[in-house]
Amino acid sequence: MPVTERIFNGKVATRARQGRDGGAAPRLRPGATARGAVRSPEGRANFLGWFSIGLGLAEIIAPRRLARAIGVRDDDRTQTTMLALGLREIMSGVGILTQPEPTRWVWARVAGDLIDLALMGQSLSAPRRDRDRALGATAALAGVTLVDALTAVQLGRSEGGPSAGGAEAHAGVREEHGVRIAKAITVGCTPEQAYGLWRDLRNLPRFMTHLESVEVTGDRSHWRLKGPAGTHLAWDAELSEDLPNRRLGWRSVPGAGVMNEGLVTFREAPGGRGTEVRLELRYEPPMGGVGTALAKLFKALPSLKIENDLRNFKQLVELGELAHSDASVHLGPHPARPSDDVTLEAASRQLPQV
Amino acid sequence: MKATCWHGKQKVRVENVPDPKILNARDAIVRISSTAICGSDLHLYNGFIPSMEKGDVLGHEFMGEVVEVGRGVETLRAGDRVVVPFPIACGRCSMCKASLFACCENSNPNAVLAEKMWGYSPAGIFGYSHMLGGYAGGQAEYARVPFADVGPIKVPEGLTDEQVLFLSDIFPTGYMGADMCDLKGGEVVAVWGCGPVGQFAIASAKLLGAERIIAIDRFPYRLEMARNRAGATDVLNYEEVDVLEALKEMTGGRGPDACIDAVGMEAHGHGLQYAYDRVKQATMLETDRPLVLREAIRACRNGGVVSVIGVYGGFIDKFPMGTVVNRGLTIRAGQCHVQKYIKPLLDRIERGEIDPSFVITHRMSLEDAPKGYELFLNKLDNCEKVVLKAS
Repeated sequence: MPVTERIFNGKVATRARQGRDGGAAPRLRPGATARGAVRSPEGRANFLGWFSIGLGLAEIIAPRRLARAIGVRDDDRTQTTMLALGLREIMSGVGILTQPEPTRWVWARVAGDLIDLALMGQSLSAPRRDRDRALGATAALAGVTLVDALTAVQLGRSEGGPSAGGAEAHAGVREEHGVRIAKAITVGCTPEQAYGLWRDLRNLPRFMTHLESVEVTGDRSHWRLKGPAGTHLAWDAELSEDLPNRRLGWRSVPGAGVMNEGLVTFREAPGGRGTEVRLELRYEPPMGGVGTALAKLFKALPSLKIENDLRNFKQLVELGELAHSDASVHLGPHPARPSDDVTLEAASRQLPQV
Repeated sequence: MKATCWHGKQKVRVENVPDPKILNARDAIVRISSTAICGSDLHLYNGFIPSMEKGDVLGHEFMGEVVEVGRGVETLRAGDRVVVPFPIACGRCSMCKASLFACCENSNPNAVLAEKMWGYSPAGIFGYSHMLGGYAGGQAEYARVPFADVGPIKVPEGLTDEQVLFLSDIFPTGYMGADMCDLKGGEVVAVWGCGPVGQFAIASAKLLGAERIIAIDRFPYRLEMARNRAGATDVLNYEEVDVLEALKEMTGGRGPDACIDAVGMEAHGHGLQYAYDRVKQATMLETDRPLVLREAIRACRNGGVVSVIGVYGGFIDKFPMGTVVNRGLTIRAGQCHVQKYIKPLLDRIERGEIDPSFVITHRMSLEDAPKGYELFLNKLDNCEKVVLKAS
């Protein structure tokens, strides 16, 4: 785990504490042996583990019979797919039953369910004989998906994961529902210059490409964000921390559509190499625990975006503009060749001179 | 304009594509006069470098005339004749300031891709995959050159294209291979691979004072060029002799003081070891075939230097780390920091100490690029280096 994450992650500290207080915790999970413990998330996880293995074996041993039972055409392609799905089921089953933290394996089941649902959906759209059976199987699958997701969320809580709270919980985002991303970059300028550029929050959209605008009125600021598929999100925020040339924090005000907060710190890099800029963002996705869990699952994407944003900041400071290649100047994938329809929107982003 | 485009494994086509435009303030547009096919282009051609897309313009060795400059370029103007270094470097980040231009922190817009592969991102490179920036290459009639106030070097009219073109890559790359060996005079240097980079590593080792230079390859015409043109004192054909035994014998049982790997990820060889690496590479269990690297490490004298300038892309297998540690070897490597070497090497050319054009065996027009790739890949017609005339 990178140092930045270790410093900022209240979760790690909390876990360590729990380890000490809890003494020698038994290796077996509570409920792992209790009969009828399907009501507890741990018990349900065990059930799901065995269920996975059973289903997986059925998919491998009798793929054609199973295909007929769920109303899917029993051709060679289905058989191959079934074999792959069966292996996946057995893996997640073994994972749930044997790994110390079954949560991620239950999440793997959720991901698998989504794949299965997609496959069923595809198969439903094809002309078929057993439409009723296929519909029934899809409904059952949807139910299992719900149980899986619920179990994963509850397990995540009892494992002392994101829900464990922690001394560093900020006021803006409820810790149990927050997604946290921290990234750092070294920029060739002084902490004063870097701080100055961030302190005027209106500069942020110049390098944080998902931001549309930040307007500042007095102590408050109004943020507009480009959401997926042409949607927009907006919220009001206030400064939570302002230690000139060292730290700058902001958080959304109560009632904002998207609960979120940010903290950026500035520190002189050793050996006169400029300034280490570290950005930590927390945000609370919609739909509570399920939303958070899904957001964590797909955290890599915003994480890469933040990394790119920081790199953009470095380029704006060191180069005065964003460096572009023949491919990067396009929004989507594009071959590395010149093009007549170049949108230079991003290329025109600049920061005030520092 | 016409440009050489990649369309998959061993498929390149010369196509009409739009002319490049200025995208950043420090860009220049260069009308290309001469360009070349590099040995490392063959790794792209053979599909060993990830993150290529169909339609990518290839080529990173080129020179020509500046036809347009962005408002941020004050050192060049239209009409200047320039050679362009293959790594793209901003000149302002901490890496560039330390002369590690091929590690520039600002020139790869797809740095996150490279970070996934290598931990951190190096500089962007012309025409060399999206992981390294997604820049259109220079096997074309025109190229956009970013940071034109840092990379391109003006060349005097008295020198021909063929004399200075290789300042873009292979001469500095070979030179850096020898430079990393810390030669002080009197050394024995062994060079694996007598492709163009290997030839320049040999020639550079000689310039830097090596006393004996042993060239290793399997093609007699390349070994002949190494001996007669580059300055190797001895040559070894690895298909005829056991290289390790021969080197031991030729160095009084010590081993060469420095070993240069000018081959890289697609090394050839024979016997079980070669079969092993072919299979592992073909089944994606390793990305690179490190036969030469292993041999160079085994061959090097105690406390010597292994200098790696052949291109490796990912992961290798059966790396003899025990040899490195227990015999105190130093391994140095890198994509060439061309911007650091280009001026002193231009000076050497001007002074007549070396004429890099000796490696050229084939001259063609840009339209014949696909044929050039085929000749070069298959070593047909004693092919050593293909130069394409673009205008």
